[in-house]
Amino acid sequence: MEDKNLKIKHIMNTRIAQIRKQSREAIPSLSVERAQLITQYYKSSRARQVSVPMRRAQAFYHFMEHKRLCYNPGELIIGERGPSPKAVPTYPEITVHSLEDLETLHNRSKVSYKSDEAMRRVYAEEIIPFWQGSSNRDKIFANLDKEWLAAYEAGIFTEFQEQRAPGHTVLGNRMFQKGFLDLKKEISKSIQSLDYYHDPEAYSKHEELKAMEVAADSIMLYAQRNHDFLIDLANHETEEDRKIELMEMAQICKQVPAHAPTTFHEALQHYWFIHLGVISEVNPWDSFNPGRLDQHLYPFYVRETTAGTLTVDRAKELLSSFWVKFNNHPAPPKIGITAKESSTYTDFALINLGGVKSDGSDAVNELSYLILDVVEEMRLLQPSSMIQVSKKNPDRFIRRAAQIIGTGFGQPSIFNTDAIVQELLNQGKSLEDARNGGASGCVETGAFGTECYILTGYFNLVKVLDVTLHNGVDPITGKTIGPETGRADEMRSFDELIRAFDRQLRHFIDIKIKGNNLIDRIFAENIPVPFLSLVIDDCIVNGKDYNNGGARYNTSYIQGVGLGSITDILTSIRYHVFEKKSLSMNNLLEATQLNFEHMETMRNTLLNHTPKYGNDDDYADEQATLVFNLFHDAVDGRPTTKGGHYRINMLPTTSHVYFGSVTGATADGRLAYKPLSEGISPVQGADRNGPTAVICSAAKIDHLKTGGTLLNQKLNPDLFSSDKGKDVVLHLVRSYFRMDGHHIQFNVVTAKILREAQLHPENHKDLIVRVAGYSDYFNHLSESLQDEIIARTMQAPTSFYP
Amino acid sequence: MIEVISGVSVEDIETIGREISVVDLMTSILRDRILYEESGGGVTFSGGEPLMQPGFLLQMLQQCHNQDIHTCVDTSGYASWKTLKKIAPFTDLFLYDLKHPDNEKHLFYTGVGNAKILKNLYLLDSINKDIWIRIPYIPTINDDEADLLKFLGILAKLNNKPQISLLPYHKLGSHKYAHFQMPYHTMQDIEEPVKDSMVTAKQLFENEGYYVTIGG
Repeated sequence: MEDKNLKIKHIMNTRIAQIRKQSREAIPSLSVERAQLITQYYKSSRARQVSVPMRRAQAFYHFMEHKRLCYNPGELIIGERGPSPKAVPTYPEITVHSLEDLETLHNRSKVSYKSDEAMRRVYAEEIIPFWQGSSNRDKIFANLDKEWLAAYEAGIFTEFQEQRAPGHTVLGNRMFQKGFLDLKKEISKSIQSLDYYHDPEAYSKHEELKAMEVAADSIMLYAQRNHDFLIDLANHETEEDRKIELMEMAQICKQVPAHAPTTFHEALQHYWFIHLGVISEVNPWDSFNPGRLDQHLYPFYVRETTAGTLTVDRAKELLSSFWVKFNNHPAPPKIGITAKESSTYTDFALINLGGVKSDGSDAVNELSYLILDVVEEMRLLQPSSMIQVSKKNPDRFIRRAAQIIGTGFGQPSIFNTDAIVQELLNQGKSLEDARNGGASGCVETGAFGTECYILTGYFNLVKVLDVTLHNGVDPITGKTIGPETGRADEMRSFDELIRAFDRQLRHFIDIKIKGNNLIDRIFAENIPVPFLSLVIDDCIVNGKDYNNGGARYNTSYIQGVGLGSITDILTSIRYHVFEKKSLSMNNLLEATQLNFEHMETMRNTLLNHTPKYGNDDDYADEQATLVFNLFHDAVDGRPTTKGGHYRINMLPTTSHVYFGSVTGATADGRLAYKPLSEGISPVQGADRNGPTAVICSAAKIDHLKTGGTLLNQKLNPDLFSSDKGKDVVLHLVRSYFRMDGHHIQFNVVTAKILREAQLHPENHKDLIVRVAGYSDYFNHLSESLQDEIIARTMQAPTSFYP
Repeated sequence: MIEVISGVSVEDIETIGREISVVDLMTSILRDRILYEESGGGVTFSGGEPLMQPGFLLQMLQQCHNQDIHTCVDTSGYASWKTLKKIAPFTDLFLYDLKHPDNEKHLFYTGVGNAKILKNLYLLDSINKDIWIRIPYIPTINDDEADLLKFLGILAKLNNKPQISLLPYHKLGSHKYAHFQMPYHTMQDIEEPVKDSMVTAKQLFENEGYYVTIGG
């Protein structure tokens, strides 16, 4: 009643419908353009004469100077990374695809990228010969040792930076108040203050700052080119209204990004230029993202709607066009294990709405609701969206989000602002920077605009336990990959097993961190990112690159995977082997070795007569906190090469499927090679006491010591047929967050529909599901991931409301 | 070793219900304290008939009351006043069934008359307990206007106006009969009520100033 927005049925105008359709229907393909331009530059004599940062900046300039411009009829925001929507460039200096890679990318049934004969020829003749053996990926693998490779190949961990550059950051508010000419002034100041007499790094800083200047010039040049392009388009436009609009867009390209934006439209275009810069310079993880969009845009929105120069409808139309831009940009192509851990086109730009302002007050505003309308109406995978909920935010905000969640495409996800702020404070951020932060990617906590917080790789907790149970041997390959920590059948207590596990855990964390530190340096020295460094504080002041510790805060994450699975496995062992003594360790290990074949009774006991995580059963949940704390203590606080610290978070993307595929049957009754549990969610189907028990279990680990945890819940769509559904979400969220839960997201779809979609994908092309920290078309998922989602427990309304 | 039951594999033998102590149940209830507080909820003792276990119920209600947890008892009202009187101080809300206004018919369909139930209702009302009346709305049994007016007559004698839930008859319980290989009861041929008639009935109660929900 109080909310008019809820009642109005918004109708997408034709122009937006048209560009949305173009985006939806575009087929992801590879564009050779960037590879060619970058290679052209690197081959030039100029490239050989300058320092590494300058080389990177000049390569970027060369690309921005020569890349083809793209205009999609009807759009209001200009600029594509490739020559057309969903034409994705490659980054041979970081990873050079072989012809077989191109073939695989072209042909694979899921997440394919089409390439043509011409591209393959260019690759064969120009790109591969130049880069083979000298790409950053080649440098990385040439430097990693045997231990690392053995653990990597066994599936103990993945490596984020092996074929994509670090990124994992979000724009802050400062850049909505500055243009690149302002940044150039800051750079000059920074250069002037260099102290060649006392600072041994003065030369490096000078080179980096000069590189930043070139990077700033590059993006302004690109905007200028778009300006000229739009003027030309306007001159040829026959329709009078559109002609005026194109002239306006051209004018906007004169203002931004050189100068700070002055209007709502300029602010969006300004961000978009920055976005294109960041994702063209390298192929950074988690694309890039404007973060707290409702906060950044609000001053422009208020000023203009008050002055009468912007209507609500126009603001929505501009936002919609902005949304399509994100959807036009699939993730850069991923191959090998990287493709397995993150098997999706989604590139994880996550729009944050709500939360608190820097003074700690309620940040939800009119625009937060308007953007939610856009999210609902556009129903696009990208950008993803989330709401930040602090205790100060109104219930109405959650109800509105719940209404969209009820439409069943997994967005928006819901985050606990108060937890995020405490997590950031715990990591040493200032209160103000913490409040200006949020979550990006899937669930990762970050101080927006001021932090480099990279994910370094998923870590397979279950596999480490399996290696422990086999005294350092990987039972799949028979290879020794860990230290001998004792034969499991000779262990006399559960504690002894845990001590052995802890030793293996620390062994593999050491290997992972050693590799990370090496890779960090390879990036710092070979792939600086002067453009990204321009927009993240305090790289300019420090005269240091984003990839070399220039940001105000630097954090490296290792992401734990399989908490639910390892909890249930340890619980099985503690309960049956050490306490009830109903099974011997050998019985159990033999059964897992045989994948429970002809051992249905034992498997039934393990599955159905053993305490399980996710039921608010302390007996089981104790193992969750135990493992969580061991993992935390092994990682947290260790120094990175960027002057920051290692931290943990708990999320999987699609790595729980990959990690499952390299892990044999386990003592919780899981069959060999089946997916592990995802995030901090219970094992699929093991939670039988309803959603309230799940959140109680999940809240037993200390979320505030992490940089993000991920909890998935599947709700029955029937729940949303009345207002009750919205209230269920509201109360569940408020309760979980009062227990310091970090994040929760909901799939609202029945297993029946999913099964039907598996059989008849052609009838369910639009079916979107929540995977883990992102949504995806059900048809795009691998069969095992589809099965995994189907197997998750469906929480019915009756379990919450008697 | 695992106990092997012949002929049973992954298919499980089912046990329904379990014994639990006051302490254990209380521990379990307290686990959800934050949820009660955030949702404005609490604990509902339902059944079966919770008054069949008066001692246990009383202890549970007292303990919840001590912890400031809202308590609700879902009852048929067919119990001794002595029992009800004891639990009443610790019960924040009664969900109270009225199945038929007519004593004879009540006797016929449920096996007992409604005199005791009505007497208890009036007594609870006299000590101003919060009560929600729940009427199972069953076509051909208690849904004609005369029955509904009789219900209204009963309610008119209360000092406090209770909230009313009209519960549409359903056959969701039939599987339980099948489960125990028992024939489904005498009302198996009765159709579920049509929405219009429920709305009309609701209107009738609302006209007398009651707050009425269908279902709930």
